[in-house]
Amino acid sequence: MAGGKLVEMTDITKRFPGVVANSCVCFDLVPGEIHALLGENGAGKSTLMSILSGEYKPDEGSVSVEGVEARFHSPQDAIKLGIGMVHQHFMLVRAHTVMENIMLGLAGTPFFMDRKKLEAKIMETAVQYDMKVDPGAYIWQLSVGEQQRVEILKALIRNTRILILDEPTAVLTPKESETLFTTLRRFREEGRTAIFISHKLDEVMAISDRITILRSGKNAGTIRRDETDEKDLAGRMVGKDSLFEVKKSEKQSGGEILKFNDVHANNDRGIEALKGITLSLREGEILGIAGVAGNGQKELAECLFGLRKIKTGTVSFNNKDITGFNPRKIREAGISYIPEDRIATGLVSSLDFPDNLILNSYFKLPVSKGPFLNFKYIKEWTKKTIEDYDIKVGKIKNPVGLLSGGNLQKLILAREFADNPKVVIAASPSRGLDIGATNNARKLLVEQRDRGAGVILISEDLEEIFQISDRIAVMYEGKIMGILDAKDADREKIGLLMGGIKLGQEADI
Amino acid sequence: MKISIEKRVEPSPLTPYLSPLVSLALALIVCAVIFKAAGANPFKAYREMFMGAFGSDFAIEATLIKATPLILCGLGVAAAFRMQLWNIGAEGQLYVGAIAASWVALNYGFNQPLISLGLMFLAAALAGGIWGMIPGILKAFRGSNEVITTLMMNYIAIFLTSYLVYGPWKDPTGYSVPMTALFNRNSWLPKIFDTSVHGGIIIALILVVLSWILFYKTRWGYEIRVSGANEKAAAYSGMNAAKNIILVMFFSGALAGIAGMSETAGIQHRLQQGLSPGYGYTAIIVAWLARLHPAAVVVSAILFGGLLVGGDQLQISMSMPVSVSNILQGLILFFVLGGEILFSYKIKIGGKSGHQPCPAAKENA
Ligand SMILES: Nc1ncnc2c1ncn2[C@@H]1O[C@H](COP(=O)(O)OP(=O)(O)O)[C@@H](O)[C@H]1O
Ligand SMILES: [Mg+2]
Repeated sequence: MAGGKLVEMTDITKRFPGVVANSCVCFDLVPGEIHALLGENGAGKSTLMSILSGEYKPDEGSVSVEGVEARFHSPQDAIKLGIGMVHQHFMLVRAHTVMENIMLGLAGTPFFMDRKKLEAKIMETAVQYDMKVDPGAYIWQLSVGEQQRVEILKALIRNTRILILDEPTAVLTPKESETLFTTLRRFREEGRTAIFISHKLDEVMAISDRITILRSGKNAGTIRRDETDEKDLAGRMVGKDSLFEVKKSEKQSGGEILKFNDVHANNDRGIEALKGITLSLREGEILGIAGVAGNGQKELAECLFGLRKIKTGTVSFNNKDITGFNPRKIREAGISYIPEDRIATGLVSSLDFPDNLILNSYFKLPVSKGPFLNFKYIKEWTKKTIEDYDIKVGKIKNPVGLLSGGNLQKLILAREFADNPKVVIAASPSRGLDIGATNNARKLLVEQRDRGAGVILISEDLEEIFQISDRIAVMYEGKIMGILDAKDADREKIGLLMGGIKLGQEADI
Repeated sequence: MKISIEKRVEPSPLTPYLSPLVSLALALIVCAVIFKAAGANPFKAYREMFMGAFGSDFAIEATLIKATPLILCGLGVAAAFRMQLWNIGAEGQLYVGAIAASWVALNYGFNQPLISLGLMFLAAALAGGIWGMIPGILKAFRGSNEVITTLMMNYIAIFLTSYLVYGPWKDPTGYSVPMTALFNRNSWLPKIFDTSVHGGIIIALILVVLSWILFYKTRWGYEIRVSGANEKAAAYSGMNAAKNIILVMFFSGALAGIAGMSETAGIQHRLQQGLSPGYGYTAIIVAWLARLHPAAVVVSAILFGGLLVGGDQLQISMSMPVSVSNILQGLILFFVLGGEILFSYKIKIGGKSGHQPCPAAKENA
């Protein structure tokens, strides 16, 4: 019955405490295809592939490879059959070199190994797939993109026939993604098979032959690429017709409300992360700040919000110098901050919903009166917030850590927008959210803009940047590479700026 | 039939009650084995202990007397623990509280008991508070580890007491006994009705209520709860971490200091060496068993008061060593900390929930 199928996963069910990550999922591979696995965050993609790569055992269902039932007891068993997975979170030893890491990945590594031979093999494979690596470099010296290449090489060197890549483009610049796709196509030309996990529709359409969509742990269809389009895929992914629209009216932005003037600041390791940022924000606009993570975006937000020391330069708000203000004074001035790491910074996950709602206003009327908290008001406010923002809370007294990402984000947004701020700075507001929650977050940001607030949107997700920004600035190595009107911007221009190339210079490269 | 262990997604609502009870039971079981090994009948030993602690009016009074400093110190360390500040200096804070209260009592003969006791109370709170605040300041501004500093401060306080009672404050009529003169009667905490229990327990209970209000009803209590649970969120909200560390350590030390006042003014009526048999350390276990909740501290302190009294009884009637109650205390702490982990899992017996056969495979194009 295999009918030329390379892999068949039948009726796979996998439960974790409180969730069914995969429920009766069927999935198959034909030799020589690039098969995309598409689905929102939490749809069960990583789980399904961890089963195929021997990491997890399914609770029910079976896996067969070339018609023979395969029972994996560990990833080693899968590797023996030529199945290799590159995880979302890399599994490299940071203090070791590229070569040593690749060596560790080889089955039955002998104690002494012919380094020369291995190095030659690495170089050969690297050239074959057009992947630049330095075998002697230490992992900690490498960028995320380079680390990913090492992971892929590790798999290729083991003669992997079935390569699983878990959201590989999440950490890449558009340019690096293109390079990865080239590698993947070359891999396919050799008759090998790849599984490409993503929740980005454009990528899936660009690279895959067939697409399997997972939705809430179930298979929502397996389709050939040429028989579908992005709208259809989005619909299957969320279960409704595309929710991808965020309506945004044409709007004239107002006067300057916030200005960074030649701001310099260090990162946590004491290395200069902001190297002279000059930037201004107007009322009623969304200023998108694009860039690969780690180019100073986080530090920029923290400097504005008084959570990081500004070495030199100033930040002014309504022409008033607010440099060096503490977060409370900044917030009182009318600036709100939606931090990127919701759980680590934006919330106290062990406290309940009301306690989290009052985090930034507990000290003033009407949330507290004198030294006492005003529980009557807090209760009403909680009720109203839950209704207005349609938040699924369960028991109010439960710690908020039990809520889903989308509901947590709603809680944060509700809290931050409660006082009608004049400036909102949002860092990756939709990271880790599913489509419904993502659209909701974006819609709420647009509402703030329409109300007249100036919004700074820091995001790595270009889709998001393009969707709601009025102007787009690109950060690269602590500097603003360029600022474009959203109307004049396109992926290519932004991509170049993100890669550190000033517009008009690309010819020199 | 299949038995599996799963991590709980939601804590069971019973956890706060069950976990301390189960830890206690486990500690008693293990200690029973130790009794047995030592050649004693565990049932008889536990009966002796229980009767010694709760079996008569006299026993209950003795237990409440010992529970009083445990409530106060337990309340104090629980406050600091709540903010992840590991104040193990309640013992020293208790001693300096006792010193300060004695200083007031010995140097100022007030005719009014209320004024005298009130001033002793304030002096003790202030002294204990400052003793706790010093490690707090070091922590807030220098990042010094408060476990070490509070522990060191214990020795300073205990030896300072010895110095005073051997030296400058020594009772001139007391021959060679290391203690101060007896306080004036106006500086004694009155007994409650005609029992041997002194007024310290009333002070302790009032402070329990005040602490509860402080932590759950006020802005500052909210800040402490947030800061203790997530430092980054506290900074994001604009809370002043250094200020809160110092204040909490002051509050924590002040409560232990008040315990020192309650002991000197309620029991010994003078300052003497070894005035606490380690209440400040036992309070750490009291606080954990109470899961840092002010009201539960009362229950847990009475239990430990009983353990101390019952341990003494054991020594008398079965000639077991006093260290028995230390062993039991240690076991309880061990199981309380372990119980936290235990209760974040649940045991599932039987078939898997919601197992349904998959619907017949649909044909996919
Ligand atoms: N090790 C695990 N323990 C508990 N729950 C898990 C674990 N791994 C995944 N899950 C849960 O299973 C669901 C599917 O997760 P995952 O497969 O990672 O989704 P995806 O990769 O599509 O984002 C999610 O609800 C997730 O929280
Ligand atoms: Mg995943």
